[in-house]
Amino acid sequence: MKKLLTVIITTGMMIFTVSPVWSEDSDLFSNAGGIESLRGQVEVSTVNSAEILKREPKDQQLIDRNYVQQPPLIPHTIRGYQVNLNANKCLSCHSFKNAGDMGATKISVTHFITREGTTLSDVSPRRYFCLQCHVTQADAKPLVENTFTPVDSLR
Amino acid sequence: MLKLLKRLWVIMKSPSTASMGFILVIGFLGGIIFWGGFNTGMEATNTEAFCSGCHAPIVKEIRETIHYSNRSGVRAICSDCHVPHNWTDKIVRKVQASKELVAFAMGTISTEEKFKERRAHLANREWQRMKENNSQECRNCHQFEYMDFSEQGKRSVSQHSTALASGEKTCVDCHKGIAHQLPNMEGIEGW
Ligand code: HEC
Ligand code: HEC
Ligand code: HEC
Ligand code: HEC
Ligand code: HEC
Ligand code: HEC
Repeated sequence: MKKLLTVIITTGMMIFTVSPVWSEDSDLFSNAGGIESLRGQVEVSTVNSAEILKREPKDQQLIDRNYVQQPPLIPHTIRGYQVNLNANKCLSCHSFKNAGDMGATKISVTHFITREGTTLSDVSPRRYFCLQCHVTQADAKPLVENTFTPVDSLR
Repeated sequence: MLKLLKRLWVIMKSPSTASMGFILVIGFLGGIIFWGGFNTGMEATNTEAFCSGCHAPIVKEIRETIHYSNRSGVRAICSDCHVPHNWTDKIVRKVQASKELVAFAMGTISTEEKFKERRAHLANREWQRMKENNSQECRNCHQFEYMDFSEQGKRSVSQHSTALASGEKTCVDCHKGIAHQLPNMEGIEGW
């Protein structure tokens, strides 16, 4: 009995040490579980070297829209622009009243329409916080390939 | 005590035996010390630490703005924008500022709530002041003559080369809230 036990244990140890069930090059040693993320196949605990910081160009050409109903991207920097209960810096250029003087695009009338479909005399509350829908663009390359092509009417 | 004072007065009144030169030197030195102390005092009241004593909420806000954190590492501090550089204007502003002491004693902005209430009023006074002096404080650092339009953004150029160049508008007309959170802007021109 005792002998049998020793044999089982030694063979067990042999199997585990000599020929591990996982091979060296599979990724089971890392705690990423073999899943590759955008930062490559690395341990969760390794710290990647940081990407260089991206900047937003101060002013650029209007950026083409890719689909109908897309909120256009913001083609300029917006540092320090306050949009809150007291003030809306965006509207100081884009409102119907100021757009002419400031040479900016007027917000479209869709911005006056409430959820129920009524058209108000001023910006609808659901369109007040511009940055919910409109965002700036940094001078960065896309991280993943994108094969999206806009519909014909926008090309 | 009275006697001592009387004696002192007599000494002061009677022509001194000390040479005129000595008196002049003493006067001159005294003047320098007074002047230096005066100017140091004026400088000390220009530091941010001094302003933050009464304007703590404002000092906190300014950290996110372009005049605190920027690519060139140049800062504008409170006094750059609120105290004129020109000496006489500076004295005038300091004397005016003495009324802030009265307001302080009355506690007009002693709590955040009271400050919020009064902020629109104070901001308006500041805009008014800068409009009257054609934004002199901004121009101490940013001079129109040295602005290179080829270096500025498209939107900047289109405004600076027109309304600013013609003198129709001044810096604070367009750059409200450049250093602070804005008060309620309803009804303010251009908003
Ligand atoms: C100083 C004035 C000014 C301010 C403030 C401003 N913009 Fe603009 N914006 C412009 C101008 C001018 C253009 C148009 C540029 C052009 O036609 O080349 C523009 C373009 C845009 C466009 C693109 C429109 C299109 O048809 O593609 C969007 C979106 C936009 N801005 C959103 C915003 C948002 C959101 C804010 C607030 C965070 C803001 N803007 C603040 C002046 C301003
Ligand atoms: C709920 C999302 C949403 C919000 C919030 C919003 N927009 Fe838009 N915006 C859109 C969409 C969608 C379009 C394009 C279709 C359209 O015109 O309705 C658009 C179009 C625009 C355009 C281009 C108009 C044109 O005629 O080409 C401007 C400029 C603009 N928005 C500015 C703003 C500003 C300024 C604010 C903040 C006051 C704002 N938007 C808030 C969704 C939004
Ligand atoms: C003793 C406290 C105290 C100090 C120190 C102080 N302030 Fe004030 N300040 C006040 C009070 C109180 C008010 C509000 C006045 C009112 O309610 O009419 C005020 C108002 C202001 C205003 C509003 C404009 C105006 O005409 O009233 C500005 C700008 C200002 N202070 C700048 C500064 C700057 C810059 C410094 C530092 C150099 C500074 N203050 C230091 C108490 C102070
Ligand atoms: C770049 C210039 C600039 C700097 C730096 C600056 N301010 Fe101001 N300050 C202004 C302008 C312009 C206003 C008028 C209101 C506005 O546009 O926000 C103002 C308004 C104020 C007001 C009136 C109330 C309000 O919030 O509008 C107070 C108080 C004040 N400043 C205190 C300070 C203190 C304290 C500092 C230093 C931490 C400081 N300011 C730094 C330009 C500046
Ligand atoms: C002590 C000098 C000084 C004073 C006073 C000053 N500024 Fe500035 N300001 C600067 C510097 C330096 C920069 C540029 C920082 C950078 O881009 O590196 C700057 C940047 C700016 C910008 C550019 C903002 C951006 O997002 O690019 C504006 C607008 C501006 N200042 C307006 C004002 C106005 C308005 C006043 C008067 C109320 C004023 N400045 C007073 C030094 C000053
Ligand atoms: C008629 C309106 C108007 C006047 C007056 C005006 N500006 Fe501007 N300024 C703008 C606009 C619009 C921009 C670009 C959008 C933004 O950053 O708000 C700008 C941008 C700037 C910039 C950043 C420039 C860049 O492109 O890097 C500085 C610095 C500046 N202004 C300083 C001043 C100073 C100092 C004065 C007063 C001598 C002044 N401005 C007067 C409208 C004005």
